[in-house]
Amino acid sequence: MIEITNLKKVWESDGVTVLDDINLSIHDGEIYALVGRSGAGKSTLLRCINGLTSYQEGSLKVDGREVRELSNAELREFRRHMGMIFQHFSLLERETVYQNVALPMKCWKYSKEEIDKKVMELLELVGLADKKDAKPRNLSGGQKQRVAIARALTMDPKYLLCDEATSALDPKTTNSILDLLMEINKKIGITIIIVTHQMEVVRHACHRCCILEHGIISAKGSVEEIFVEQPASLQRLLGEEGHKLSKSGRTIQICHYVDEPGNAGLLGEMAIRFNRAFPITQGLIQAYRGRDLGIFAINVDDDLFAQVCEFLDERKVEYKELVALDEEETEAE
Amino acid sequence: MTLAEMGLGEIFQLLIVPAFFATLRMLVISSVLSTVFGFFLGIVLVITEKGGLCENAIINRLLDIVVNIIRSFPFIILMISIIPLTRLITGSSIGETAAIVPLTVACTPFLARIFQNAFKEVDPALIEAAQSFGASKPQIVFRVMLKESVPAIISGVCLAIINLLNCTAMAGTIGAGGLGAVALTYGYQNFNQEIMYSICVVLVILVAIIQYVGDVLYRKLK
Repeated sequence: MIEITNLKKVWESDGVTVLDDINLSIHDGEIYALVGRSGAGKSTLLRCINGLTSYQEGSLKVDGREVRELSNAELREFRRHMGMIFQHFSLLERETVYQNVALPMKCWKYSKEEIDKKVMELLELVGLADKKDAKPRNLSGGQKQRVAIARALTMDPKYLLCDEATSALDPKTTNSILDLLMEINKKIGITIIIVTHQMEVVRHACHRCCILEHGIISAKGSVEEIFVEQPASLQRLLGEEGHKLSKSGRTIQICHYVDEPGNAGLLGEMAIRFNRAFPITQGLIQAYRGRDLGIFAINVDDDLFAQVCEFLDERKVEYKELVALDEEETEAE
Repeated sequence: MTLAEMGLGEIFQLLIVPAFFATLRMLVISSVLSTVFGFFLGIVLVITEKGGLCENAIINRLLDIVVNIIRSFPFIILMISIIPLTRLITGSSIGETAAIVPLTVACTPFLARIFQNAFKEVDPALIEAAQSFGASKPQIVFRVMLKESVPAIISGVCLAIINLLNCTAMAGTIGAGGLGAVALTYGYQNFNQEIMYSICVVLVILVAIIQYVGDVLYRKLK
């Protein structure tokens, strides 16, 4: 369990506030995402969790221990139980896959037999047992990240921190790495904290997430909630500011699970009911942890607006009205 | 038998071969010593740097100045100006052993910079990764930084050794012996081109061998 309350961090060099008033808790066994654009402070927050960087105010407790108060020796011991993987894999280029995975155990002076057993077991888990004598430069990006994952798991950590771990990978490899992380999460119950700017990653793998903007949490909750509610910060993150709103009528954005019985034909049903074809101004279906979430925006004439809202309420579908830029987003509900 | 009566074979046997071994001894001992000192100096320079493992601005600045001062001396001047130190350490200011002192002093800062640059090239993300699994500072230095920079160090040390060879010849001017001294006294000052150019050839071969070994090691370890 990681509990962060009122955390604040300021860069010592120039006094810039990187993180301000961060409050969140990460439960054991979940996959949690810290999302945001580059420079939002998400990687810094991740580094606060394993003490690679410090913070000035507030508290960050991992299993009840305040990270800031750990001595150097305690911090080293503490980090044993916290694996970490990086965007550019951070493997020793001159060492073999085996030696790379074995490095943390060597540093902690495990016996040769223990190291050998553990390393082979982990290479098996990440599917690279046949590559144990290869050098990282002969591996693909996805394979390198698998090696890094194996290395991070050598000391049976309780937490795995992923710093933009899939950002340097192509979409297909990203998915395979995420599947691996989900498998590990399920198999050994490890808590995974993912820092990313890719919303696909959040949708694919994470249970809960928080969105960071300029060092402040602007939205948090379960991934499902966030995607259904579509807070303004999510839209900014997706670069969807400024839907093209029609000059006439009003725009309603509808979020619903397309794969739910009765939902697939929702738009068609509305067309029949109101005897009108609503122009679709936005539409996409996203896979979210194995389900299909549809997000549509339709243009509705002023006279029908209230009736359409009533209909959507009746069907218990999430929706909201989209308004022009520069105005506060007003929830239609 | 005067020098003029000697054949090339005798010149080699009596002058060049012993001088070659004298040069080799100076070269080996001073390069080992300066590599060891340079290594530690280089490590201290890197870890005390801003953002380094053991940040310490004062030590860093101090060492930086010392290294710069020694490096700005032309070797021949350095050699003469540290004669008191040489005498203190070896009891004499001439001869092979005495030459090792200025050679080491001159080459250590050069190697320190080579080590410093090699360590600096190590990806900071690797150091962070090592910290993330709880490696100690010495472990980070030896198991990560040193290990990753071995090829760069090899080619740097090779460069320094060839530079040292150059210096041993200069050391010959103040009585260090070796190939440089023979080329100078028996060749140049005696108008004996045969000796001078023979020694040049020997030196060229020596440099080629050092460079070749360095290149092979570099490729093998890369």
